[in-house]
Amino acid sequence: MPTDMELTSSNDIVRATRQQAQRVVMIVLAALALFALLLLIDGKDPLRAYRDTLRSVASSYGFSELLVRITPLLLTALAVALPARLGLINVGGEGQLYMGACMATAGALHCASLPAWQLLPLMTALGFAGGALWALAPGIMRAARVVNETISTLLLNYIAPLIVSYFVFGPWRSSDSASYPQSPAFVDAARLPSLFGTRMHPGLFYGFICLAIYGFVMRRTRWGLEMRAIGGNSEASARLGIPVSGYMITAMAVAGGIAGVAGMAEVSAIQGRLVANLSPGYGYMGFLVAWLAGRSIVGIPVMAFLFAVVSSMGDVLQITQRVPYAVVNLLMAVILLIVLGQRKKGSAR
Amino acid sequence: MSVNFASAVLSNAILSGTSLLYATLGELVVERAGIVNLGLEGIMLIGASVGFAATFVTGSPYVGILAASLAGLAANLLFGYLVIGRGANQLAAGLSMLFFGLGASALIGGRYVGAVIEGLPPVLLPGVRGFDALVWLGAPTALIIWWLLFRTRRGLALRAAGEDPAVAFAAGYRPDLLQYQAVAFGGLLGGVGGAHLSVAYTMSWDEGMTAGRGFIAIALVIFARWNPLWVVVGALVFSGAEALQLQLQARGARFSPFLMSMIPYLLTLAALLFWGRNRRSAAPAALGRNFHGVE
Repeated sequence: MPTDMELTSSNDIVRATRQQAQRVVMIVLAALALFALLLLIDGKDPLRAYRDTLRSVASSYGFSELLVRITPLLLTALAVALPARLGLINVGGEGQLYMGACMATAGALHCASLPAWQLLPLMTALGFAGGALWALAPGIMRAARVVNETISTLLLNYIAPLIVSYFVFGPWRSSDSASYPQSPAFVDAARLPSLFGTRMHPGLFYGFICLAIYGFVMRRTRWGLEMRAIGGNSEASARLGIPVSGYMITAMAVAGGIAGVAGMAEVSAIQGRLVANLSPGYGYMGFLVAWLAGRSIVGIPVMAFLFAVVSSMGDVLQITQRVPYAVVNLLMAVILLIVLGQRKKGSAR
Repeated sequence: MSVNFASAVLSNAILSGTSLLYATLGELVVERAGIVNLGLEGIMLIGASVGFAATFVTGSPYVGILAASLAGLAANLLFGYLVIGRGANQLAAGLSMLFFGLGASALIGGRYVGAVIEGLPPVLLPGVRGFDALVWLGAPTALIIWWLLFRTRRGLALRAAGEDPAVAFAAGYRPDLLQYQAVAFGGLLGGVGGAHLSVAYTMSWDEGMTAGRGFIAIALVIFARWNPLWVVVGALVFSGAEALQLQLQARGARFSPFLMSMIPYLLTLAALLFWGRNRRSAAPAALGRNFHGVE
């Protein structure tokens, strides 16, 4: 039942959201202007780049491609946001995604005779398990106060792609392409179906389902309350009898699993096989998405959308102006640097 | 044969470990002042691309190294402004420097992919194999940093800023200025480290060529327990693992290069596990925390 206080507070929320939205727009505009300047210095045509990006995004194909890109960003952002509620910093989404893809591929190659309705859930579960395993070790080491999870997840990011390379160049190397190392193509039953004749796939639902579950758990369950308590003050929470270590390990594992599902969706829906360079840094982008969204649950899809647009601009730049794709990282960095520079000294984050 | 093999591994390790050594020493100074810069990888990339570009344009590898060190310094000052001046979250600011470096270096280096330069020339010392000047200066640099940190008043003040900025402030120092100095110095060395990779070691520019060395350097600081002299040992151990792999590959050993490439990362993790328990005694007490001034 709504009381006066709740009504005012919901008005406040609306106002705060509007202010937040205005801020985001201003920041993005400022970042675009700065990035344009950098492109100009390099002798490129930023206006044409922006126009091309807009045109590509506005086309139905371009928009469906955006949605394709949002899927891994949503999932890797959630893989950061969940542990962040406990004060844990998971920078390992990239490695967790690779391990998820690797395990899902193992399922696709070794159980190829299963029907799709069994194989796809199996691959999803394996993808989850792969990512979860990859985040479990940092979680345990952090809970035991041995190794900081930031460093350990970062280091594991470099190991996971090597494992994928090992399989792709070694045991799983497809015989039908001698030049380009990749696994054999998956059977049809191992492919997530595409939607509406585009590259869109049901993985998008994974993203939004996970987001909804995350929001529900955080806001409406005891788990969420206890996790937020740990994030606020882990020592006090421990004294209150909350199993802090258990929560830390579980949250890291689940987060890694979510990133692993992103890897499964990439190999199953987009690539259709395991390749060595699977992700253009989705894990790191997910970190920034989650960080920019802060504690806002709605903020995650909004920022994921923003980053999907930025990343598609990277493609446009590469194709139309022969700028390396990696240059688009600069635009992301500029957005972040402006946000970071805006925070006043002494503020909470 | 085996002596040959060992000397090949060792000289390769020294050569390839030099960039790691400089970058780690820079990060160590920054961390001693209480700041952790996760964006070292990006700083190194900027150093590598600027160093290569400047060498290509001017034809002088020394100008390249100088330009790279200045670029690293400038980039780290940007990081320092956010963290010290604006009180930004150090991890987020560091990661955005990583992206900044990835993007900026791709932009700077884009037109130099595949270009050829004359690398840093070897400086011959009597009776020893020719290494370039930066290799020879590596260990002395570590010694000088050790002396500066532990035997000078300014070093004491800098370490105080890393242990407890309020105490440094009470003793009459400006912790923020000390931290700026540390960050500038760290950026300079990070730039040199990146440049040694592109100008002296591979003599080419490749996108993302630092391949995680910036992160290994951060781990190495912990491995070395924030002591510059141990950094020399650590850098040799880590680059030695890589050099060993390359030499074994060259001799046709039959195992996957990818599995061997994991060794430095696994070694870092193992080192962290090993040192982790009594880490708190060695780490600067205020590491990662922002100082908001004393009112």
